[in-house]
Amino acid sequence: MSILTRYGDVMRPNFRQFFQVLLMLLLLGGAAGCSNIEPWVKPYERDRLADPIMALDGDPVSSQYLQHVYEAREGARGGEGAAGGGCGCN
Amino acid sequence: MLAALLLGLATAQAGVLPEDRADILYHLYDGGGVEIDGPSLLVRKKAGKNLSLVGNYYVDMVSSASIDVVTTASPYTEERKQWSLGADYLRGDTTMRVGYTSSKESDYDANTYSFSASQDMFGALTTLTLSYALGDDTVGKSGDPTFKRELDKQTYGIGLTQIFTKNLIATLNLETMTDEGYLNNPYRSVRYFDASDTSGRGYSFEEELYPNTRTSNALGIRARYFLPYRAAVEGEYRFFTDTWDIQSHTASITYVHPWRDYTFESKFRYHDQTGAHFYRDLFPRAGATNFRGRDKELSPLTSYTFRLKASYAFLNDNESWGFIKKGTVTASIDMLYVDYHDFSDLTALAPLGAEPLYSLDANIFQLYFSFWY
Repeated sequence: MSILTRYGDVMRPNFRQFFQVLLMLLLLGGAAGCSNIEPWVKPYERDRLADPIMALDGDPVSSQYLQHVYEAREGARGGEGAAGGGCGCN
Repeated sequence: MLAALLLGLATAQAGVLPEDRADILYHLYDGGGVEIDGPSLLVRKKAGKNLSLVGNYYVDMVSSASIDVVTTASPYTEERKQWSLGADYLRGDTTMRVGYTSSKESDYDANTYSFSASQDMFGALTTLTLSYALGDDTVGKSGDPTFKRELDKQTYGIGLTQIFTKNLIATLNLETMTDEGYLNNPYRSVRYFDASDTSGRGYSFEEELYPNTRTSNALGIRARYFLPYRAAVEGEYRFFTDTWDIQSHTASITYVHPWRDYTFESKFRYHDQTGAHFYRDLFPRAGATNFRGRDKELSPLTSYTFRLKASYAFLNDNESWGFIKKGTVTASIDMLYVDYHDFSDLTALAPLGAEPLYSLDANIFQLYFSFWY
């Protein structure tokens, strides 16, 4: 399933399919809330993941700046994962 | 770009609000005849147990005599000021974020509104984030006050962060962006073969003309691993594709090594892209194609970056300054080299067809202080 559809020469987002994907993911999230999956890495085993050297974005000001530099110098954009969230291990 | 910056503000960890911190950064980009420097200030503070507010002020002071400028226009200086405000609201395992960014320069205004929601699942082993941003830009032209064009941007993102083991965390991000409106750069030109050119160069310039829409997809994966002797290694890969036929692969590897109060980091990044379908270094005649561009960023290119970074913690938890618990100072240099595969260096003044290809060397310096409170 693609969230893009070709209209003539232009690929445009197919909003219906985009929202179907969102709905599926939200349902997955909802189902997760009801289930009893045992976390295989316990909260007390996350000391290494909580170490600052393991932060996925430990220097937000610096990484935003470099992202801006690369977007100005190259033709690609997005997918860096600033919006990806963290590990909830603090 | 603004959308990405704005989403970048929302670096919260779902289920836990981001730490209160302030950063003041000085940045300098120097290369290819362009010098851009300025400050960036970020302040983040919790308001109660469930809310965290963030503000960012950023300035670019540009002094440009780049290859694009020296071949078709005059060197210029300008300033871009950007400020952002955001709020994170935590409720149970869900974090909701809203943000607004405004960027202004003499010939470009941009406003971006964003919203995202993150949900922790499976005992906080998995975090799912959905995001949306809407950009509303107005493009102007220096010296022509009547020139005003609109550009609308939308960004849809899905992010998944997963703890795999006690030592391994990974994240996957999919972003779709759509742009509709004026996507040209009003100052850039394309060159075309012109036998009647009186200067003897054999070519002339005309305005570039881009399509009015662009849709791109980017899929990025990143994994960070804690090494047995307290150090970290991170690998990252991104695949990008868009309706202008640009396709790229970007990969990087980072190594982080703490020693006493210092943290050292080294990174190597590689990027390779194809060119846009309407890009040509030299068009066969004026008006040769429906769309035309000679923007080197849209040409096929390969770039390499090597980073060295060092951070020193001058203040730790056991020796706080009043309400400030921790302080660090960080300096870094990123050495960027770009190899253009189809963009001639016209400043070499070589005969038509024999011009050497252009390449770019740039150094990116950053110096910043960070405080946690």
